[in-house]
Amino acid sequence: MPELDTTKELDATDRLIIEATQAGLPLTPQPYHEIAKRLELDAKDVMDRIKAMQDSGVIRRIGVVPNHYKLGYRGNGMSVWDIADADISSVGKIVGALDCVSHCYHRPRQGVDWPYNLFAMVHGHDRTEVADKVAAIADQLGELQKGHKILFSTRILKKTGLRLKGSNTTGRDPSATRSAA
Amino acid sequence: MAKTFSYTAQSSKSALKAAGGIDLDEADRAIINALQGDFPVCEHPYAQVASDLGLEERQVIGRIEKLLADGVLSRFGPLYHAEKMGGELTLAAIAVPEDRFDDVTDLVNAHEEVAHNYERDDDLNMWFVVATDQPGRIAEIISDIENETGLAVHNMPKLEEFFVGLRFEV
Repeated sequence: MPELDTTKELDATDRLIIEATQAGLPLTPQPYHEIAKRLELDAKDVMDRIKAMQDSGVIRRIGVVPNHYKLGYRGNGMSVWDIADADISSVGKIVGALDCVSHCYHRPRQGVDWPYNLFAMVHGHDRTEVADKVAAIADQLGELQKGHKILFSTRILKKTGLRLKGSNTTGRDPSATRSAA
Repeated sequence: MAKTFSYTAQSSKSALKAAGGIDLDEADRAIINALQGDFPVCEHPYAQVASDLGLEERQVIGRIEKLLADGVLSRFGPLYHAEKMGGELTLAAIAVPEDRFDDVTDLVNAHEEVAHNYERDDDLNMWFVVATDQPGRIAEIISDIENETGLAVHNMPKLEEFFVGLRFEV
């Protein structure tokens, strides 16, 4: 399915719903009705809009996010890879599909000191396990990778979480609204 | 329902097996394992989940509440795709001299658009995420940080996303 330009399709009501649910869903028997009540909307409209946002990919998924530290995954490393430009998409898909990888992106190289253009967060119970997994990925990629390393975090300096203002419509056409699916 | 690439990839991946450190009973485990993807959008979603798992509606709600309070779950609800909401994100890094690390941390963190900032064991020892909901602002913030710190900021926006997500099995 081609990617939709979803930013133009989100209207002010969608953005209110986004804002109301960024911190989570209400823990009441009818959470969507609860959101509708808070926003003075119709519950069916809220549910239709949430489903439409799932279809367009604005909502990646709805569910629980386990805290990986609490589940015993304490050794998380950012692995970075130097991959030939011609191979980046195919290699990115291979690495992204590995069970231990949570985020996998192509990013621009930064000159001779930073030839790495593929980033993959690798999760393990400790750093040794992460290093072993990265070594196994390197083996699997063989000559498709020309260099790699792992950057472990040594300190969290700031963590506020992403809270984009759902209702901000700066630079968008307010008339470009989408009817609920 | 249309599914994004990452969603499809996620459902084809196996879950990571969690181990150690937490005390969960069978109902907790059933909830964590079942609810990482498809919480229903319907009139009584908790009742539907409960009936799928052989639990009571109030048990499902109560367990999620407790798992959140205990920090076993860091979130429950819709996960939004920032760029598809019209936001702009980047990952940036600076090689900070050791003796200036604390000062530079303060200068970088002072920007409200800096969402996460990590110290990492590399020459590029400071890595942070800049997020804005006004397209075009990222370049401005990066250049402000360069002017304030006198250090080069390496801007590494994603060019392609291959996967975002991770499933755990407990």
